[in-house]
Amino acid sequence: MDNVVLHVADVQKSFAGLHALSDIDLSVKEGETHAIIGPNGAGKSTLLNVCIGRLRPDSGHVVFDGENLTGKQPHEINQLGVVRVFQTPEIFPELSLLENVMIPVLAKRDGSFKLRWFRRFSAEKEIRQKSEGILEDLGLGSFIGSEAGSLSRGDKRRLELAMGLAQEPRLLLLDEPTAGMARHDTNATIDLLKRIKARGMTKVIIEHDMHVVFSLADRISVLAGGRIICQGTPEEVKADPRVKEAYLGEEQV
Amino acid sequence: MNKSNAVSDWILLVVFSAVILTMPIWLAPFGANYPDLMQKFAIYGLFAIGFNLLFGLTGYLSFGHAAFLGVGSYAAVWSMKLLTMNVLPAVFFSVLVAGVFAFLIGYISLRRSGIYFSILTLAFAQMSYNLAYSVLTPITNGETGLQLSLSDPRVLDAAVGISTGRSLPSTNLFGVKMSGLPGFYFCAVVLIIGFFISLRIFRSPFGTMLKGIKSNQTRMAYTGLNTRPYLIWAFVISGMYAGLAGALMASTDPLAGAERMQWTASGEVVLMTILGGAGTLIGPMLGASIIKYFENIFSAFNEQTLNQAFDFLPDSIQGIVVDTVSLFVGEGWHLTLGLLFMITVIFLPGGIMEGFRRIGGIFTRNKSNTPSSGAVAEQS
Repeated sequence: MDNVVLHVADVQKSFAGLHALSDIDLSVKEGETHAIIGPNGAGKSTLLNVCIGRLRPDSGHVVFDGENLTGKQPHEINQLGVVRVFQTPEIFPELSLLENVMIPVLAKRDGSFKLRWFRRFSAEKEIRQKSEGILEDLGLGSFIGSEAGSLSRGDKRRLELAMGLAQEPRLLLLDEPTAGMARHDTNATIDLLKRIKARGMTKVIIEHDMHVVFSLADRISVLAGGRIICQGTPEEVKADPRVKEAYLGEEQV
Repeated sequence: MNKSNAVSDWILLVVFSAVILTMPIWLAPFGANYPDLMQKFAIYGLFAIGFNLLFGLTGYLSFGHAAFLGVGSYAAVWSMKLLTMNVLPAVFFSVLVAGVFAFLIGYISLRRSGIYFSILTLAFAQMSYNLAYSVLTPITNGETGLQLSLSDPRVLDAAVGISTGRSLPSTNLFGVKMSGLPGFYFCAVVLIIGFFISLRIFRSPFGTMLKGIKSNQTRMAYTGLNTRPYLIWAFVISGMYAGLAGALMASTDPLAGAERMQWTASGEVVLMTILGGAGTLIGPMLGASIIKYFENIFSAFNEQTLNQAFDFLPDSIQGIVVDTVSLFVGEGWHLTLGLLFMITVIFLPGGIMEGFRRIGGIFTRNKSNTPSSGAVAEQS
């Protein structure tokens, strides 16, 4: 075990008797991109929700960099550097794009609470430049001043990604980052994620699109019926008959 | 872009100050330039500006803000009874006491959001109101209300040798009596300071975080922000504004009664803010002034004034017109206010400020569509 950053140990979670997650054991190493795939309803999103503190596991625990995340508040987990990018964009629709990105950048610098009531928000030069840079990077530079709610669906997803990156996470959890994107946008996102990978950011990615998964992932865990049925490198996973049966068979890879 | 923003804010502040300070002049044609009413404009404007910092920025609708106004009044009158008739200590203690009180209520109420938050604040305010009437009579003097009396110690005044004499002393600011026009100017200056602070909060990182809470509170938590202290601070600051308004009420007229805490008073500030435009800087001040204007001017119209106004009409028609119009004035001013409120909320959900924005929008659109007419307009 070289440098395990995220360790999900023996996690169980059930909703009204339905076992959403059973005996989940998962280790993510520093710097790697770990993909979680599986058919709909396999428990992928539930697993992410457990990691970020939205859901509490019935038993077992999640450890990030030696700290037990179980029972911590979502904002505490986030401040440790575990950041989730949502599938349905969770943005601030009434605020401008710049503000949408400046909020997470400020949260990174100032922590979970700071009473800065007298300073001008727009005068935070450093924060502003950094936010503008992130927006440029994601091709949203020309919309900086417009209301986030007025963006197209694909652009909202990119903004969502920008907000996640704005926090310079140590572990980025991506929930289907390319769902609902046009082909060329998908390719642009893959390029972007590869660039982030080069910076050494650890990522856990949930994805349906096998093209995305196989071009990004170092290791893959296959989830089906709330259990991990297979774990390994992309080649190992591709070759595994159980995976073909549970998932890949339908997708015709 | 930064600089121009900062400059336009300073211009806004200067214009606001000028408009407030020249009230005695430009309100004359409206028959509203008497000090008592202008004091009310300033005091309720301040109350609404503070309320807007909570409701306009975070979207949390408090239905119990009058409690802080009442607490502020009581604190101010006690300061006048025990310490000095100077209004500055009264203002200081009111803001302090209202802030502490707001923290206690906010700490509990902010465990919930939406309608449950509103109901909790309403319950706390009604509780305070009833306590002020009954159990807390030694502090609040119950139904009679808290008043000055000749036997009050006023230790600070006594220490510097200001004797009361045989009549009740009046409130003052280092010797200047705080009734009439000087009282208005004192309230106006406090209002301008309050407006400036509100402006800074609107433009600050703190204010932006509050707007973020209104826009998408769950996202704030997943962005690593703890929304609770932000909300509690917003609630406390807003409660302090209400306490300040209460102190000004006591400064211009040194008594405090429990009825200031009643839920109708809490509802009034909600109406003011929504009528003017919640979440805007000027809106709450505008809404407060309009409501106080209607309350004082429209309610003063009686049949005689109407008969005089419609004197030019033939007798038979005059009778009908006067009867119809009298429904909306005098005792019926609530009806006019209600209609005005309904029309605003239905057609301009963003309040009167949205109306201004739309009118402004028409002009700028015309300008961009027909540059020639715009050029003419600029020349003239």
